[in-house]
Amino acid sequence: MTSFWTLFYKEILRFWKVAFQTVAGPVLTAVLFLLIFAQALSDHVRVYEGVRYATFLVPGLVMMSILQNAFANSSSSLIQSKVTGNIVFVLLPPISYLEFFAAYVLASVVRGLVVGLGVLAVTVWFVDLRLALPLWTLAFAVLGAALLGALGLVAGIWADKFDQIAAFQNFVVMPLTFLSGVFYSVHSLPPVWQALSHANPFFYMIDGFRYGFFGASDVAPAISLAVMVVSLAIVSAGALWMLASGYKLRH
Amino acid sequence: MHALAGVSLEVEQGEFFGLLGPNGAGKTTLISIIAGLARPTRGTVSVLGADVTADYRQARRMLGVVPQELVFDPFFTVRETLRIQSGYFGIRGNDAWIDEVMHHLDLDGKADANMRSLSGGMKRRVLVAQALVHKPPVIVLDEPTAGVDVELRQGLWQFVSRLNRDGHTIVLTTHYLEEAELYCNRIALLKAGRIAALDSTRNLLASFSGSRTTARVMARDGSQHVLQIEGYEQLERELARLRLQGVEIADIELERPDLEDVFLRLTGRTP
Repeated sequence: MTSFWTLFYKEILRFWKVAFQTVAGPVLTAVLFLLIFAQALSDHVRVYEGVRYATFLVPGLVMMSILQNAFANSSSSLIQSKVTGNIVFVLLPPISYLEFFAAYVLASVVRGLVVGLGVLAVTVWFVDLRLALPLWTLAFAVLGAALLGALGLVAGIWADKFDQIAAFQNFVVMPLTFLSGVFYSVHSLPPVWQALSHANPFFYMIDGFRYGFFGASDVAPAISLAVMVVSLAIVSAGALWMLASGYKLRH
Repeated sequence: MHALAGVSLEVEQGEFFGLLGPNGAGKTTLISIIAGLARPTRGTVSVLGADVTADYRQARRMLGVVPQELVFDPFFTVRETLRIQSGYFGIRGNDAWIDEVMHHLDLDGKADANMRSLSGGMKRRVLVAQALVHKPPVIVLDEPTAGVDVELRQGLWQFVSRLNRDGHTIVLTTHYLEEAELYCNRIALLKAGRIAALDSTRNLLASFSGSRTTARVMARDGSQHVLQIEGYEQLERELARLRLQGVEIADIELERPDLEDVFLRLTGRTP
């Protein structure tokens, strides 16, 4: 267990030492989104009955920050270690692939939650937000962060250079989070886009997370939860297979 | 294409073993397989009885590897780096040993320095320290002195020799043949992924270089005479012959056989 705790601690220390970039930066980005979108769209976007647009937007921004930062943590740590070569420090010791997986994913969850709490702490003053069902919120936050942390692990192992990670981030994670209903309720979309949104796993993460705040959502929270659990299982299985087989790590 | 083929060798406990060969001979591949960084398509490797694939945790606990590349984690200080590395091997509260290793590698003053701020030589020392945090019975050094200044090289060899005297098995790859000649009791010479020679350093020197001892005789009149000799009796005879020819000897230089000759002969390269 010491190997696991050490790797976990090292991953935490790694982002905490550059918290200005890894925590404060994403918090500022989310606040800017809130200020600009709430100002520009509040009169144009219809969300839930009796919920102001800015209030609706905050949980979406929090979850988006959690997801993006969980992904960034494991993927950037791995690609940096691979490119600079210091990945050998974790490949030489007797660390099992389960410990390896758990440490990277758990550290990503912590990074995601720290940024998410930061965004919430700063934005909550602008809106009238209440946590209707905190356990749902927490469950979606942790599951979503774990899913993206595991996805970051897969991307970090697969990629050979920074470009590829950036591409994954810009062409997969970013569009899927932006089109997941962070900025709108999918019910306000034309039917075709509504149907497409339901094929986006990120939609369920945002929707389920938001349910915890308002007790209202676009789809039933149990369905969202099931989608996330299944997605997490699939991505984790992929990541574990990569680690167990030594894919791209042990030649 | 195989980087290694048919390599079979055994390193005894407590040996100071040298792994030599030209670039691309497969030295680093062999070390990577021993360390679990690469997986062989066929064959097995075990470290003190632990198979590096089937029983990888035990094998890796036995092994300390100093990689060839000068790698470091820019996020941490020297002490953090060494504490973290200890933790990976399941060791907590390792500061007494970390201090001792840092002391022997002349790193005392750098404990709280960030890795980024260290010179290349200092980073190399930290790599050695990282390989030793868990007191491994087998230490593998892959080109430990490449690009390292003379002072560090001496200090490093003193420390490694001490570890060897204390019972640690040392496996070394190096380009500096004089280092291998000085420290290794036994040497394997790899060539294109195969073992070209495997013997004690003394036997290798004796069997391959016996006839290559060269004596350069400088005469007082400035002329030079090069003698190829088999042994000292022959040197005596040759010198007598020179004196009979009226040569007044001012100086004699002997070029003893060295590992470089063995190396060149076996790898088929000319100086």
